[in-house]
Amino acid sequence: MEQFTGRVWVLGDDIDTDIIIPTEYLALKTIEDMKQYGFSPLRPELAGQIREGDIIVAGKNFGCGSSREQAPEVIKALGIKCIFAKSFARIFFRNSINNGLLLIEQPDLYDDIKEGDRISVTLGQEVVYQGRKYPIASLPDNLLEIINAGGLVKAMRKRNGLDERP
Amino acid sequence: MGQTIVEKIISHNIGAQSVKPGDIVTVNVDRVMLDDIMIPFIVDKFNEMGFADIWDPDKVVLIYDHLVPASQQDDTRHYKVGDAFVEKYQLKNIHRSDGICHQLMTEAGYVKPGHVVFGTDSHTTTYGCVGAFSTGIGYTEMAAILGTGTLWVKVPETIRVEINGELPDGVMSKDIILRLIGDLGADGATYRALEFCGTTVEHMSVSSRMTMANMAIEAGAKCAMFTPDEKTAQYCEIELNDFQKGLTGDPDAEYVRVLKYRAEDFVPVMACPSQVDKIRNVSELEGTVIDQVFIGSCTNGRLEDLQAAAKVLEGRHVAPFVKLIVTPASRRVYEDAIACGAIRTLVEAGAIVTHPGCGLCCGRTGGILSDGERVVATNNRNFLGRMGTSKVEIYLASPATAAACAIAGTITAAR
Repeated sequence: MEQFTGRVWVLGDDIDTDIIIPTEYLALKTIEDMKQYGFSPLRPELAGQIREGDIIVAGKNFGCGSSREQAPEVIKALGIKCIFAKSFARIFFRNSINNGLLLIEQPDLYDDIKEGDRISVTLGQEVVYQGRKYPIASLPDNLLEIINAGGLVKAMRKRNGLDERP
Repeated sequence: MGQTIVEKIISHNIGAQSVKPGDIVTVNVDRVMLDDIMIPFIVDKFNEMGFADIWDPDKVVLIYDHLVPASQQDDTRHYKVGDAFVEKYQLKNIHRSDGICHQLMTEAGYVKPGHVVFGTDSHTTTYGCVGAFSTGIGYTEMAAILGTGTLWVKVPETIRVEINGELPDGVMSKDIILRLIGDLGADGATYRALEFCGTTVEHMSVSSRMTMANMAIEAGAKCAMFTPDEKTAQYCEIELNDFQKGLTGDPDAEYVRVLKYRAEDFVPVMACPSQVDKIRNVSELEGTVIDQVFIGSCTNGRLEDLQAAAKVLEGRHVAPFVKLIVTPASRRVYEDAIACGAIRTLVEAGAIVTHPGCGLCCGRTGGILSDGERVVATNNRNFLGRMGTSKVEIYLASPATAAACAIAGTITAAR
């Protein structure tokens, strides 16, 4: 079972896709061009502070709003390893899985966590924060298949005979 | 065991006797909608996936709306990428300046009752207004559909919303859906279908149903379902077949929740900054000074919306310090609104009428606001920074309420 630890950024309830990446930047050419504007309506300094391997912990309905897939791509490009939230909006959830950004629902962690602290994660099992354990579930099989293939693009390449193994 | 509307559409689509919530099934897609913002990303992913052809070019609709006309230098790149894709795969269904994607998908006849439709925009839930199962997806999944014609879906649970009776004067279907979002919360219908029924819904125009289906996503819903009826048939220019006529929720279908409303109890409401579920009665907000009013969008930019606004504004004038921006949802709406005199009334009242398209709703064209300013708008989202800086206050309302506010220069209900 994969294990990792990371530093935590705490965001609130209903973090919408316009906050994650505002519409005015969606026509920039690449995700790399866009990522500096990540979360800018809410916390303009945040994109510059996130480091590779950091973790977001948020409240309910994370990723609500538009279907823009730039949202999970920007978060991934900023270096976020995974997001814990009380719940996720459905289009954002699908988009994240398809791009290999790990999302994990956890009802209690958000209420206890302090920004800047570190957590240890064992996938499919638990999160440990200051000695307390928070259980986490594993993903349904059809989603695991996409993640194990390395995302939907790789799964389709394999289907089309372009890659032997994901 | 009976079925809900969405269960009936999915089981019909996959040729199964029945499906139940939680089943994961692969559906055959009847139509897809690709928009201008997402097209370069869709094309990249499609190429990367290595498909040789599009599964069925006739089922693909490409619509330029968010970026028309271009407001930033890079916008025209999206037209070029889209046009090249159209040329390469011989796509026939393309709209370059006809209006908003969600208006055109039903107005131009692409979506029919019982269809399964996906689009690269979250307001794809709109087509539930004619009894189609439609929802928004990202560009990677769209690329996969273009190659395969299929997509996996989890059959959603259904929340049934029953509304009976006659709406009071000055109350529109926008007030119903805003109230419902307030009651459910912004995540109250996440992963679920909303199914609307009752005499109020039966008496409503397809346009009014569209407003409600459009905003279902603001409660997190996967789709919104209305039973196709004679009005739907007329709007879609078809005769309903037995399958389409049967798209009602069965009495013994299983609903995760049932909400009942009396139409007479509805009042004009607004979603206050900056959450769609922060609903207040207009009467509680009366007197709040505003700077701008926006009437348009795929939520409320149709003929009946412009007519409702024109009725309130007839012989009156917008407050001197208020900019009233009116954006018809499509070229056809624009033409019809000219023909019936609504545009003249609006212009004489001081409105700025703009080209059909997404316009100010996605914060990309004229009408951007700055710190401390307030706008009353008929679109679907009041998120932070959507129409300018993150210190702009956006209040969502019906066209009738928005028009009344434009005259008063303060928040007020239509009388």
